[in-house]
Amino acid sequence: MNETRFNPFALLRAAVRPLDPVLLVLLAVLLASAHILMQSASPERVDSQLTHFAIALLGMWALALLKPQRLLALAVPLYVLGVLLLIAVELFGEVSKGAQRWLDLGVARIQPSELMKIAMPLMLAWFFQQREAQTRALDFFVAAALLVVPVALIVIQPDLGTSLLVAASGIFVIFFAGLSWKLIIPLVVAGVIGLGSIVAFGDTLCQPEVDWQVLREYQKQRVCTLLDPTRDPLGKGFHIIQSTIAIGSGGLMGKGWMDGTQTHLAFLPERHTDFIFAVLAEEFGLIGAVALLVVYVLMLLRGFHIAANAPTHATRLLAGAITMILFTYAFVNMGMVSGILPVVGVPLPFISYGGTALVTLCLGIGILMSIQRSRFADKT
Amino acid sequence: MTEFRTPAADLARFRLRVVVAAVFVLICLGLLAARFHFLQVQRHDYFLTRAEDNRIALLPVVPHRGTIVDRNGVVLARNYATYTLEIMPSEVRDLEGTLAELSTLVPIEPRDLRRFRKLFEESRNFESVPVRSRLTDEEVARVVSQRYRLPGVDVRARLLRDYPQGTTAAHVVGYIGRINERDVERIEERGQTANYRGTLHIGKAGLEQSYEAELHGTTGVEQVEVNASGRAVRALSHTPASSGNDLELTLDIELQRVAETAFGDRRGALVAIEPSTGGVLALVSMPTYDPNLFVDGISTQDWRALNESPDHPLLHRAIYSTYPPGSTFKPFMALAGLETGKRTARQAIHDVGYFNFGGHRFMDDKIGGHGMVDLHKSIVVSCNTYYYQLANELGIEGIASFMAPFGFGDRTGIDLPGEAIGVLPSPEWKRNRFRKPEQQRWYAGETISVGIGQGYNAFTPLQLANAMAALVNDGKLFRPHVVKYVVDSRTGERRAIEPEPLREIPLKQAHLKAVLDAMVDVNKSGTGRRAFQGAPYSVGGKTGTAQVFSLRGQRYVEKNVRERLRDHSWFVAYAPAENPKIALAVLVENGGFGSQSAAPIARQVIDYYLLDQRAGAPAAEDDNATESEDAANGTAPARTGEGDPPPREPAAPAVPQAALVPGQPTRVTR
Repeated sequence: MNETRFNPFALLRAAVRPLDPVLLVLLAVLLASAHILMQSASPERVDSQLTHFAIALLGMWALALLKPQRLLALAVPLYVLGVLLLIAVELFGEVSKGAQRWLDLGVARIQPSELMKIAMPLMLAWFFQQREAQTRALDFFVAAALLVVPVALIVIQPDLGTSLLVAASGIFVIFFAGLSWKLIIPLVVAGVIGLGSIVAFGDTLCQPEVDWQVLREYQKQRVCTLLDPTRDPLGKGFHIIQSTIAIGSGGLMGKGWMDGTQTHLAFLPERHTDFIFAVLAEEFGLIGAVALLVVYVLMLLRGFHIAANAPTHATRLLAGAITMILFTYAFVNMGMVSGILPVVGVPLPFISYGGTALVTLCLGIGILMSIQRSRFADKT
Repeated sequence: MTEFRTPAADLARFRLRVVVAAVFVLICLGLLAARFHFLQVQRHDYFLTRAEDNRIALLPVVPHRGTIVDRNGVVLARNYATYTLEIMPSEVRDLEGTLAELSTLVPIEPRDLRRFRKLFEESRNFESVPVRSRLTDEEVARVVSQRYRLPGVDVRARLLRDYPQGTTAAHVVGYIGRINERDVERIEERGQTANYRGTLHIGKAGLEQSYEAELHGTTGVEQVEVNASGRAVRALSHTPASSGNDLELTLDIELQRVAETAFGDRRGALVAIEPSTGGVLALVSMPTYDPNLFVDGISTQDWRALNESPDHPLLHRAIYSTYPPGSTFKPFMALAGLETGKRTARQAIHDVGYFNFGGHRFMDDKIGGHGMVDLHKSIVVSCNTYYYQLANELGIEGIASFMAPFGFGDRTGIDLPGEAIGVLPSPEWKRNRFRKPEQQRWYAGETISVGIGQGYNAFTPLQLANAMAALVNDGKLFRPHVVKYVVDSRTGERRAIEPEPLREIPLKQAHLKAVLDAMVDVNKSGTGRRAFQGAPYSVGGKTGTAQVFSLRGQRYVEKNVRERLRDHSWFVAYAPAENPKIALAVLVENGGFGSQSAAPIARQVIDYYLLDQRAGAPAAEDDNATESEDAANGTAPARTGEGDPPPREPAAPAVPQAALVPGQPTRVTR
């Protein structure tokens, strides 16, 4: 490049060049949809949403330029920092909405559990990289320990949604690292039986005098509300009832942009954050909902493609785990809003309002792009 | 682990796992798509209905209640707009906190809170309950600005009822009050439940009660889109309410005021009727009350003051209290004598001052008697002996059968609630009235007392006035009515309440003339002359004195007893004599002789009505040395306020005649 004059297009081209075009286009589609939906769900938040976009894209771009090896070198310090911050939260954290999640650093309030969503897969990917081609059963126990400590710290905050995502991010790495099917299958079977029995005996288990021991009262309520939303139609069940009404009433074609009655008459709770999918489904119908699914599927397939072709063991694991986390976000959120999963505070990736989650997700995309680029780098 | 580990093997295993993961991801997302299909296509209709139910609310549009004006268009009842602070029970989360918060914004009296809590308990959850009414503009602004943090709180414009005449004609107009559970049942019985959605008040007394169906109007419906907190966002369709019909009365409020003023502090009743139509010109019950107290829920203090007052202001004396008619009964008795042929107008008796019957001496009030007394003189001087004899000859059956067509002892059918029946005594009545066989028997001596309007006779002032009106209307008896026109709110059409003749009593003109001429002379030379001195019109009248014998049952208050033991003062009158435009009955409780208290009131009312002017001070009240009155010696008054208790809310007022039990039956011996 021998430019003598300032050329914005050339600059843009230069900036975009290191980015994976497929992911970039899909991300652009998602962010555009988010922007359009936000105008309907919560017009007053449109401006700050654009700011979030800018910050998140900048973070993504920065990571995409970074070589994966550099990033993996940061795995241990990031992980240690994350665990220390989580301990600090437990000791000095602020209580907000009944949970201790925030740490006030004076300059800004941060949520260390969010950092863990990146640090955890990074740490485990780095760990398995060290054990490449010599992985033993014992390594999986070490990995499990690395996983359990931060997850436990997040669970006691308590924050079920985030601990689930952090745990999932670690489990995906372990899974891709080659955990024996002999272990996976019984676990999956046990999980299915456990969930099945909760559904089957929900009525008994949800009696107020039954103490679930492992889960807090509000978490129990979430599960019970899912099993029978009408149990508390004005309270906790209201969210699910109203969101399924919104989705169902949208029909095939939807009621039209800005014409969703559930959205605009405020029947839909949390419509700019966790329940924004219901806005989409109400106003754009089944067509809109399936279109979103297709975009996610394309993005996930691209993620798997990048993972399968990644140059190193660590980058493969990392790319696979990041892709699966993305899937977990999307599936848990849409499952919750449509009433097949309990209400856990998981945002719809790239669409829900909220800077922190968007930045985290875009950093993940940045890592995927970085890994994809490192493949080219190796070949050239 | 026995697996062979190389980077290549790891890569192969990893790729396999990626494929497994991808398949899992596709299955999960496929499940979601199936779920969306289920919700959005298969169950779309159901959810669409749910969404519409969420969104659309049918709000009642409460009609304006009809107004009430007097015969000259003076407003007696109207509506005015006011802002009320209300709470929607279904939306309020922390009631106590909300109330505490509200009381920092606007002053809320303990009485407002008490009323609110009562209404809140009765409320139907989805109807908002008023906390305070008559908010000032500033208070409205304060509440509205804070409404966002007070869920369930709202400020509404409502129409409240106003009675600009205050205490004047309160018993006639009545009042509205909050709908209570009994009203709800009654509304259901009438099949009006839908029409009363959103209506908070209903007529509880007077015309407000009896013309409820006309005054209320038809409730409209507004289809509105509501948001999740139940606030209307926009109107979708609107069926307007149609206002209630207005009432135009026969009542002349100025005449009413003159009459009420004439009573002063005295208790009593006055009924003035237009004889040719039965239209009620004035209907006074004193003391009276302010109906405005009831509109917004009466306070306990006010209620106690009204309900426990020994004067019983809530009692509608004109139509619900019954009193022996005393000598005002004599013109009717005289006519009975003529019509039955027991007497001719000229036939005279010799009054020696008493009448012996069955070993008992019935006294005239004038010692030594009135000498030779014919029919004319018997009315003018109110001679008792003449009527003792006549009653004895007519017999109780004869009296009862002659009097019944005049409406004595029967509801007149006036268009007001809570009319008493009264008692027109007869052997049959006595058999039904009493339990013990010795009480059930009719004694001939009792007939003698009935002849001078004492004894078991008990009539409402309205009955007496209406009988008087029939007497001067050639025996034509109308159903008295207060409402002249019902004005249709939509078309403006004035539907007249036609005079409804109940019956025509066949009476000979000569007989009527003899009685009425004597009544004119009552005011010229007889017991009414003082009150009607210098009247520029001819007027017929008759004084009467009803005895109060016993106060058994009433609380003993020393300073009251003497006054309350005094006789009730009656006066019936009509004018002008040659073409009567007004017939009236006046009763002053414990007023003494009829000529003393009641006649001067009648004079003021007639003066105002015929001459359109207020009379001067009432004629002398104390000087009665020469006036002969029928009192003291006859028999005890029988007071049995028969008839249904007036359906008043919230509780039927204490009824004085219940306390005034009959005294010693009579001093008649057999």
